Amino acid sequence: MATLENVSQCVLDGDLDEIKVLVQALIDEGMDPIKIINEGLIAGMNIVAPLFKSGEMFVPEVMESADTMNEGMKLVKPLIMDADMPSKGKIIIGTVNGDLHDIGKNLLIMMMESNGYVVVDLGVDVKEEDFVAAVKKHQPEIVGMSSLLTTTMMKIDSTIKQLIKEGVRDQVKVIIGGAPVTQEFADDIGADGYSEDASTAVDLCDRMMYEICGQQAISA
Amino acid sequence: MAKKFNQLAYRNLDDFVYGSSPKPVTTKSGMVIGGGTVYPEINFTLPGMDINDSTIKKAATIYSNIIDGVLKRAAELYTPGVLVEYETLPDFTEHPKYGIEINRILINSMKEAAEKYGLKTAIRTTPNDLREMNRPPVMRSGKYWDTMLELFEQSVKDGSDFISIESTGGKEINDSALVKADIRKAIFALGVLGCRDMEFLWKNLVDIAGLGKDCYAAGDSACGFANTAMVLAEKGFIPHVFAAVIRVIAVPRALVAFEQGAVGPSKDCAYEGPFIKAITGCPISMEGKSAAGAHLSPIGNIAAAVADTWSNESIQQVKLLSEMAPIVGMEQLIYDCRLMNAATENGQQLIFRDLLVKSDAALDVQAYVLKPDVVFRISAELVKTQDNFLRTKMAAQLTVAELKKAINEGKVKSDKRDMKWLDKMQKQIDTIPDDAIEFYNQIKSELDMDKFIPSEYGL
Repeated sequence: MATLENVSQCVLDGDLDEIKVLVQALIDEGMDPIKIINEGLIAGMNIVAPLFKSGEMFVPEVMESADTMNEGMKLVKPLIMDADMPSKGKIIIGTVNGDLHDIGKNLLIMMMESNGYVVVDLGVDVKEEDFVAAVKKHQPEIVGMSSLLTTTMMKIDSTIKQLIKEGVRDQVKVIIGGAPVTQEFADDIGADGYSEDASTAVDLCDRMMYEICGQQAISA
Repeated sequence: MAKKFNQLAYRNLDDFVYGSSPKPVTTKSGMVIGGGTVYPEINFTLPGMDINDSTIKKAATIYSNIIDGVLKRAAELYTPGVLVEYETLPDFTEHPKYGIEINRILINSMKEAAEKYGLKTAIRTTPNDLREMNRPPVMRSGKYWDTMLELFEQSVKDGSDFISIESTGGKEINDSALVKADIRKAIFALGVLGCRDMEFLWKNLVDIAGLGKDCYAAGDSACGFANTAMVLAEKGFIPHVFAAVIRVIAVPRALVAFEQGAVGPSKDCAYEGPFIKAITGCPISMEGKSAAGAHLSPIGNIAAAVADTWSNESIQQVKLLSEMAPIVGMEQLIYDCRLMNAATENGQQLIFRDLLVKSDAALDVQAYVLKPDVVFRISAELVKTQDNFLRTKMAAQLTVAELKKAINEGKVKSDKRDMKWLDKMQKQIDTIPDDAIEFYNQIKSELDMDKFIPSEYGL
């Protein structure tokens, strides 16, 4: 018999075939799809996240779990109005102008999506005006920028200035990261937060969403 | 006509040591790299700043200050010679006039140091590979190819001693292979795409090196492949055994540069260097403990075991308590080299090499695969074929087998999950055919074809 616990365990195990069987069975039983998401699929990822942070799971295993959650999501999503889809918040993420490094950015995207955030990936070599346009279009709560070079990290600063110039800086929290980036640099250029790597960035975003929306935002 | 390497360059493991190689390279200033002495190789970069027409003068002044500072310190500490690496920033390759200007500043300062202090120097110019600025990457033509070649050519004509690059062919597939720990895709990226791009690229670079007086094509680095794997492993994102296997499967790719005519010293961050030295006999550059200002590695000592130049990777121009960071880096490298060279003069080179090996090899699988005996065993098998793809597949098989044996015999520290991952990799490798095109056809459906252009790799 399919249970929400089985669904969570299946996400943890990264079993792409079994998840379809379990989620379909719960749907057929008439279970509320939002309950399947919150107490089955996301609950499974909530077990994965601390195991990753403590070093007991590797990224490829987390990705398998995330893929498994998404397979389950595909079955329940059509049953839910978009507005009712549980989400912690929306974040747009990009590597700044002149910088091509994207592994760290992609890891962050994977971690954010796995933790219930809606992510808009702007890619690499993203110009200042493209960050601004994306903020206007997607209305995110958070903007994430990364840079891996000492000569491109100043593009983070110029992007923040562009957000100010275009009058959208106050609408978003800005988080930054990358090898040459530090908390001191973040403070200097007026970013709202700095994270050393993808796993701690999720905690940072959770804290920011709490500041923006209160407790309900964190429980997706 | 490509060179063939079908046997090891050494007969005796005890001859496989730092500072000496069967095919030393002599620079214009008289430094004999691989001729018995380990030389420091200093690299540096700018502090956080924009590069454009209004800031390039400031950047040039910073580079001038750096080179004058490091060469002064080198002279003060009586180093027998210094290899300077100028690894360009993206803006310097995209706008070759910037890159050329800085290269000339460095060469002029080196000439002045020769006159002022009698210091022997040489310069390795390493334009960075911007071809991936196009997404998907355009590897054989276009703006970024042209600007990169322009920078290479003028640097050679202006007097660079060596040219190198950290080329990126196949990286567009390798990136996702790393984060998914997908050894099949990594073998495709390095063994098919990487090797094919290296063949095309290095044919060109060897020709360009020939335009200069005593300029050598020195070698490539799989930095964006194997060093990215190392960093991901250090962060706990992927298994260390996976990163160790990636290191060795990068060897056939690096070897292609030498088949095309590169002569070393290979790039500092190419930790696959010991394999290259064992196979080609060419000198290598390595980096380890004194590159800690740039990144963490679990191979700080063992990396020096068979190095011919010893590098700091890179450090930005920031003030430390004593001095600016590149000057500090220079000093550290010189003392490292002094110790190694003193051991050689004392007849204790082999003892010192083995201490460098022993202090790291048992603590991490990535260090273990760089043990001279392991390097010899794997290299001896790789030279049995001339097919670079098959070499890549063999490198994976051989490394998995070496690591399983070492872990089972308790010769190297391992994570409880390592054996599971080695088994998983072995199963995946066993599904790969011996023919590159057959493999391409097999894996095509698993590849994101929006990410790469097959024709850019002759596919």
